[in-house]
Parts: sequence; C-alpha cells; structure tokens
Amino acid sequence: MLKQLLPSTLLTLLLTVLLGLGYPLAMTGLAGTLFPNQAHGSLIEKNGAVVGSALIGQGFTKPEYFHPRPSATTDADPNDPTKTVSAPYNAANSGASNAAPTSKSYIESTQALVDQVKAENPDARVPLPVDLITASGSGLDPHISPAAAEYQLPRIARARGISENELRALVTANTEGRVFGILGEAAVNVLKLNLALDRRGSAAR
Amino acid sequence: MNAAGILQIVVFFAVVTAGAIPLGAYMARVYSGERTWLDPVFKPVERLIYKICCVRADQEQHWTVYAFSCLMFSVIGLVVMYAVMRLQALLPLNPAGQAAVAPDLAFNTAVSFTTNTNWQAYGGESTMAYLTQMLGMTVKNFTSAATGMAILVALVRGFARRQAKTVGNFYVDAVRSILYILLPMAVVVTLALVWQGMPQNFDAYTEATTLEGAKQVIAQGPVASQVAIKQLGSNGGGFFNVNSAHPFENPTAITNLIEMVALIFIAAGLVFSFGHMVGDRRQGRALYLAMAIMLAVGIGIAYWQEAGGNPQIQAMGVDVIATDMAPGGNMEGKEVRFGIANSTIWAAATTAASNGSVNSMHDSYTPIGGMVPLVNIMLGEVIFGGVGSGLHGMIVFVIVAVFIAGLMVGRTPEYLGKKMEAKEVKLAILCILIFPLSILGFGAAAMVLPAGLAGMSAAGPHGLSEVLYAYSSATGNNGSAFAGLSANTLWYNSTLGIAMLIGRFLIIVPTLAIAGSLAAKKIVPPSSGTFPTHGGLFIGLLIAVIVVIGGLTFFPVLALGPIVEHLMLGVGTLF
Repeated sequence: MLKQLLPSTLLTLLLTVLLGLGYPLAMTGLAGTLFPNQAHGSLIEKNGAVVGSALIGQGFTKPEYFHPRPSATTDADPNDPTKTVSAPYNAANSGASNAAPTSKSYIESTQALVDQVKAENPDARVPLPVDLITASGSGLDPHISPAAAEYQLPRIARARGISENELRALVTANTEGRVFGILGEAAVNVLKLNLALDRRGSAAR
Repeated sequence: MNAAGILQIVVFFAVVTAGAIPLGAYMARVYSGERTWLDPVFKPVERLIYKICCVRADQEQHWTVYAFSCLMFSVIGLVVMYAVMRLQALLPLNPAGQAAVAPDLAFNTAVSFTTNTNWQAYGGESTMAYLTQMLGMTVKNFTSAATGMAILVALVRGFARRQAKTVGNFYVDAVRSILYILLPMAVVVTLALVWQGMPQNFDAYTEATTLEGAKQVIAQGPVASQVAIKQLGSNGGGFFNVNSAHPFENPTAITNLIEMVALIFIAAGLVFSFGHMVGDRRQGRALYLAMAIMLAVGIGIAYWQEAGGNPQIQAMGVDVIATDMAPGGNMEGKEVRFGIANSTIWAAATTAASNGSVNSMHDSYTPIGGMVPLVNIMLGEVIFGGVGSGLHGMIVFVIVAVFIAGLMVGRTPEYLGKKMEAKEVKLAILCILIFPLSILGFGAAAMVLPAGLAGMSAAGPHGLSEVLYAYSSATGNNGSAFAGLSANTLWYNSTLGIAMLIGRFLIIVPTLAIAGSLAAKKIVPPSSGTFPTHGGLFIGLLIAVIVVIGGLTFFPVLALGPIVEHLMLGVGTLF
C-alpha cells in the first residue's frame, strides 16, 4: 500500500493546482472577456449607483411598487450571533422556508399572509396566485408570475394614478416568456418592472 | 399537470438520449486507450502528468492494487481538503473574510466531497472562501467523479476480459476520465452558463442600494466553473446555500436545461459505453431502458403530486391551477422561472442520478411528491446513479437478477458469458446489504438519541422523513436533503460522514473484488439455454428485482413517514 503513497500524493497535488487554480482562473479570464456583464453578476446601475442585480430579487413593500414573492432568507442576529433573524432578500445568505406541507405553524402563517395580501389588494380582479404567498427556493426569486402581476395591478394603478391598461403594457414588456415557447415558465422580473415604473413616473412629472 | 409541462419532460429525455449515445461511444474509446480527436491537445499533457507523478502508465494492476490505489488517492485528497478548510482564514482569495471551518464540519465536508456525495451542512456564501471553493470543492468534483468512473471501467473490464489477472491501472483511468471527458465538457458548460448570466469573478460581495433605499449585499464568486463540474460529475455541491435554486447558480430556463441534462449525461453515456466495451451494444441499451423507465415513472409521480398543490392552501382561496400565466401547484420552495414541471424533473433526476444538486426544496414537497426523491435514493442510486458508481451498482443488481433467473430454471446463472458463481453472488449481496444497514441503523439511532432528535425541524411523520432522507442521501452518496434538518451538529456531521464513507468505500471494495474474479474467468459462448439479457423479459425482471429489494427493505419505514403524512394531510391533520 505504501507503494501507492507517492503517485497518489503527487497526483493529488498536481490536480489541485491544475483543476483548483488553472481551470477556474482560465475560466474567469475567458468569461470576463467574452461576457463581462454576466460574469460580474448582471448588476444594474441607476445614476451611477448599483441598485441591484437583474437576476437577484429584492424586497418591495410600498404600495406603488409591484411586490415580489415572500422570502425566507435570514441573517445573524445582531444581538446574539448564534441565532438568526428573518431578513428577506438577503443576497449574502440564500435560504428557503423548508416548511413541511403538514406543519401547523406553516399553514397558520400562510393563512395570515393570504389575509394580508388580500387586504392590500382589495380591488384585485383575478384569484390570488399561489406563487405570491409561498416563499421561493432561494429566497431571492427575481420573478413573479404574470398572474401575480395582474393581481397587483389595481393597487398600483390607484397608488400611481396610472391607467390599468398602461400598467398592463409595462408588465407585458417586462415579461419573459418560455424559451422557444417550450422551456421554463412565463415570468415577470420585478426589479426591472419597478425600474420601468419609476422611469415612467419621472417622465410624466 | 398540463401539456406544456409534459412536453418539457419529453424534451429532457430526448436531449439526454440523443447526446448520451455518441458520448457513450466516445468514452468507450477513451477507456480502451484508442485515439480520440482530443489526443493532439491532451496526449502530451497526459504523458507529462504520468512522468511528474511517477505513474507507471504501462503497468496494469491486480484488483487489490487497483483498490489500494483508489483508497490511497481518496484518503490523501480528503486530508488536503480538510487542511484547506481549516486554514482558509490564513490563505488568500478570501474577500468576505470567512473564518476557519469548524473541525466536525470540515471533516463532514471533506468526506462529503471525496465520496462524490456533496452533502452540504454549510451555506457556501456564508462559510467558504473563494480559494476553498476552488482548491477544495472544484478539485474534488473532478477527482471523485473520475474515481467513480475508474471503478466502473475496472468492473466492465472484468466482463470483457478472459482469464486475465489485471483490471487496468487506476491512475490512468482517473487521469483519462478528467482530461478527455470531464475537463473539456466542463469548459464548454461553464462558458454557456456565464453567457446566460452566471457570475464568474473574484469580486468582493457587491453592496447595492435597492429602489426602496435598503442595503443589499450580493454574494459573488467563481460560480460557473464550479457549477459546471458539480453537475457533470454527479457531485451536486452548490456554490451557494440553496444550490441551483439560486438565481446566480441557475439563472434561466436554458441554464436549467443544461444543468439538468449535465447531471445525468455522463452516467447515461457510460451505459452505452458499457455496451461498446463488452462488445454487445444491445446490453447497454437494455440497461438504459430499465433506468429510463424507472426515472420516467418517478418524474411522473412527482409532477402529478406537486402540480396538485397543497390542499390546505388551496382551501384558503388561493389559485393553484397551472396556466400560461401562472405555475400553480405547490410553489413553496420552488422558483417561478422553473415552475412545477422543471422542479420535479430535477428532483427525480438528481436523486436517481446521485447528483444531489437541487433547484427546489424537497423538504417542502407534498408527502408523496417528496417520497419520490427519497425512494430514488433508497433503491440504491442505480437509476443512472453517480458517474460510474451508478452503473457499477446497477450491474450488482443485474448479477442478483440473473442469479434469481438461474434459480428458477435450475441453471448456473451467467451474464455476458461469465458464470456467476457463489463468490460473485455473495459479494453482490454484500454490496446490496450495506446500504439499508447504514440507512436504517443510523436512522434508528438518530430516532432514539436526543442529539439526533434535536435536529428535526418538522414535527410528526415529516420529522422522520427528514432524518431518513439525510441518512439515505449520505449512504447513497447523493447529497440532496430535506434541508429543514439542522445537520451542522457534532452528531449529524460525524454520523453522516461515516455513512458517506460506508456508502462509498464499503461498496467499491467488493465491486472491485467482483471485477477481479470475473476477469479471471473464461467466456462461455451463449447456448440455447442462455437467458438473453437484452430483451423485454430481462428488463422487466431487473426492474422487479430492484423494486422488490427496495420495497422489502424500506416499505415499513416509508409507511411511517411520507405515506402516513399523505393520509394525514388529506384529512387535515397538522403537526
């Protein structure tokens, strides 16, 4: 067995250099040259400041913005670092609820959420879509379904004084359909949509 | 369920099959030492590696030497990775200032990546430095995959050779797996993923100010290069805590398809390579069909259950019907861009293929939807399985299947012209028994010890499912989780680490023993009494053997976990 010590050790070290340094460094160089925007996280800037990433969801609670899905991400408790506190859309610590479908506390908190969302959107014209009251897998889902955007439309129309038809056109413009009409699901990028809303708002004023 | 979802399932199978056939032929050439189109680039590199590492590439090894080489290579890799994690605070490329990893977590993680499990008791972006992800995770993703592929090739040589003393050279098989198969594919996949939006940088975490004025810190890193190989090598260990549910680790429907295909691609291709290498392509096709049928059934059940949604939430007046405007179903722990169909294809494929990466959270699946990934692992990680390890596990079941067929007609069983005698059958049964022994043994201990019970996040039968899933995932070297379990504790880090070692090496050694024993045998020409192993009857028998062994072993505990939970959910009993 000792006879295998030398080749095993040398091979481990050589492969560590080749695959652990050479491969990722070469890929970083190549990716940064070919696709610089994507390689650095598809960041979005507004007036020279980074406002987020096109791929990462962020929290919105004001009535004049489209709201994203609930997020179950957490952060270290500032008072006690061994514990965590709820911190939605914490993009430095992705996480899901991992709630069991038969958990009493999960069903109760979902009921409370459903009541809250319904109260925030009293004029909604479509039934409440499930993605708007369930936490995503990453806690950073940048999308809501087109139905979830439609559900929030009357609230935003009233808060901003924009017609629903104009809003609907903005939603459609920020909806990503299935790739080739087949892959994935139709989805609305909430950050891009809200940025478009803000741009339209400032243009009118 | 709707037509759009079913179409995506069909597309997935079509792409995998269409790619796996030529890939299988190519890999057979690589392992037979034949010339390939990559030779002009990699042949000189390969020679240089052997020279630097004192590998006698022309010397073939007896199965015991092959096994020793494999063990030694794994142990040293494990030690290096453990050291990198413990020392990361002192090493460069650590812009987020991650501290040294705790000893029990470092042990668990080093074992996890060495055994191709990639169980993650840590959150990547909050625990590991960039350099650790590269020197530790990325390297192990290559080497553990190459180890599995090498073991398989040795076993296949056992069938293909006659009256031979050796089964190949471990180092050559591992190096060729990396240079000619894993590395070129990883380069192509990395670039495709970055094109679609996956980060690949060494930037510090970005600080953004959101539209509503809050501060958002966005984790970055060399993500794509690691994700490409974690999918291809059936590793599954994510760069980020939530793995491929993270929009940086799986930004679009295109990356989702690439990653889903990649996680099963090499395992599927190796089945066809097997046919080439034993000189009868029908044999590879038969095993492929058996695997594909079992995978399709699993996807179907999971999709059907998840598309139905959670009846408790539907009762709140929430719309769970899938349309072109909404994914519907049970969306807890799932991403909108993937919806139900892509989440369930992934869940079934990643557990069948022993990959263990996830794009949705299995813990929040409906009881029966979540039972599909659990059962896939419990059946032995042989439905495609890990690269190499899946097919050598499947061949073990084949040996049992032909043994049972032989008992029925009273003939000495044979497979591919090799007589299966008491020795091979005993070793095969040993491989099969180690599996439930580890899962049920550790699971039972966790269910009675306070340290085990403390980790469960769910009450009632779902808590049992969480623990059962953890030990199945570790022993099966899968790595996915019912992630509500608090697994970063001394108890779970150590017992799961041991389960991973058992599930890898206590199966590799008897498998290589079978390889050595078979290689020494003569090949008997088929006669009229030979049971054909390429037709529908054999495929049916093989599936039946796998399901019956899995069922007899695990049905009682499944009845106490997901099955009773399903019945309780139906009548509205919550925990």
